[in-house]
Amino acid sequence: MSRNILVLADLRNGGLRNVTFEALSAAVRLAEGGDVYAAVIAGQAAGLTDQLAHYGASKVFVVENTVLENYVPDAYAKALEAVIAEAKPNVVFLAHSAIGRDLAPKVAARLGAGQVSDVIGAELEGGSIVFTRPIYAGKAFTKNTVAGDLIFATVRPNNLPKSEPDESRTAETVKLSVDLPADSLRTFIKEVVKKSTGGVDLSEAKIIVSGGRGVKSAEGFKPLQELADVLGAAVGASRAACDAEFCDYALQIGQTGKVVTPDLYIACGISGAIQHLAGMSNSKVIVAINKDPEAPIFKVADYGIIGDLFEIVPLLTEELRKALAE
Amino acid sequence: MNIFVCLKQTFDTEEKIVVEGGKVKEDGVRFVMNPYDEYAVEEAIKLRDDNGGTVTVVTIGPERAQEALRTALAMGADEAVLISDEAAFGDEFTASNVLHSFLKDKNADIILCGNQAVDDGSGQVAIRLAELLNIPHIGTITKLEISGTDVVAHRDAEGDVEVVGGKLPILVTAQQGLNDPRYPSLIGIRKANKKPLETPSAGDLGVDAGAVAAKGQVLETFLPPAKEGGRILDGDNASRVKELVALLQNEAKVL
Repeated sequence: MSRNILVLADLRNGGLRNVTFEALSAAVRLAEGGDVYAAVIAGQAAGLTDQLAHYGASKVFVVENTVLENYVPDAYAKALEAVIAEAKPNVVFLAHSAIGRDLAPKVAARLGAGQVSDVIGAELEGGSIVFTRPIYAGKAFTKNTVAGDLIFATVRPNNLPKSEPDESRTAETVKLSVDLPADSLRTFIKEVVKKSTGGVDLSEAKIIVSGGRGVKSAEGFKPLQELADVLGAAVGASRAACDAEFCDYALQIGQTGKVVTPDLYIACGISGAIQHLAGMSNSKVIVAINKDPEAPIFKVADYGIIGDLFEIVPLLTEELRKALAE
Repeated sequence: MNIFVCLKQTFDTEEKIVVEGGKVKEDGVRFVMNPYDEYAVEEAIKLRDDNGGTVTVVTIGPERAQEALRTALAMGADEAVLISDEAAFGDEFTASNVLHSFLKDKNADIILCGNQAVDDGSGQVAIRLAELLNIPHIGTITKLEISGTDVVAHRDAEGDVEVVGGKLPILVTAQQGLNDPRYPSLIGIRKANKKPLETPSAGDLGVDAGAVAAKGQVLETFLPPAKEGGRILDGDNASRVKELVALLQNEAKVL
């Protein structure tokens, strides 16, 4: 049975994040002849249609309004509802991101719809979409269906396979004007404080360099940051490192904190408590550097070096700088 | 101030997950209050201490879930409500509708919840609840200030901090870093046993079991493939680092 699928573009600094293309690629596989649409909700939405078309959108619904420059739940919900009323999708994909995970349940509740969150797999089985998602932060997984003519799904970055873009494809742009008077919005953004976490977003990073109690101090994260810079990686941390105030909680990876699945995870001075392993053990390749040969992190690591991270990490940074320059 | 906290009892995060008969095994597991809900309870108690009023904690769950409520009472919450009724169990759609039935005539000034539970990790129930109650919400907050009916919260947006304004009544979801949840004191624990804990049925709340039935269905629960310990590299530091880089480039092909 064919179904129409709408993908809400996930934007970061005005550009499309990879997860948007991953969701569009999945939508094309799952529509069974139905239409695949994209929606862009933004303060400034120009110039995104082509890329969305290349990954499979046949129509791009655009809601552009200066109010939408920052994420305001009431405004974004109104905009997404307007797109849904026009596009009449059966499935709406959003990113499991700061915006998507906040917006999807709000709009799903307004429309009385079911939702599956944090999807890492989606396949057709017996005429319906079966979603795979983690429970207990990835210690286990479930396969789920959601009933209804309209369902919502939020997609975890870095997990659904992305198709090759087809640059010959084009899409029609449908502009929707949505009235968003300030007095209809019950919350407002006073200020946005951008934090510099090396510029690479943990949830979408292909490589993560992560530090634990063994890093010993805030200062101790410096060599890790240098390694991350050489690799274009994001820096993460274990709960022990955050609790000890070596770094901000925004960096925490684990069952409390972020769950990540990069291609390469380099754990430095992390023993591997169960709650940390839940957040990272589904990474494709794991490297562990730790003094303690008994550390549980070595049980999930593909490659382990038993030794002092303050000696190993700078050497690794140098060696990678050479290797990657070649 | 009329303050409510919706919380959930979850597995301790140090528990290993065992799947037996297609389900996650619960025997012998240590249950705790969902860690994100602890921040919500702590913040609620502080708001009550600063502004007066009452903190009511509410959960949906089996009988054992009342231990999490008792913990919240021991921390300082005033009243607890356990909705332990098959008709109230389902998915996020169900839970938010049941909580809505309970809260719709309570005139809450503020509702606090964890931003997600560490078991299902959906992060849906609180935001759905705000929508059903027709009040605004601010998600994943790390700071909360209330003066009069004005609300200012810091929202964690993937590393950026959004300073968000709004007005009571409102629902907020707690992110790690909001506060340091207190441990219940001995006196607190003793007092908790004397505090009121109500156990309304779904029927008492006017829940129509058919109308709130789960939309989602779990077909299968499974564990990830077990990882075998990998290769421990030998040699001096320089040669091990060289070998690692070669392995990452040529064997793992991740560079």
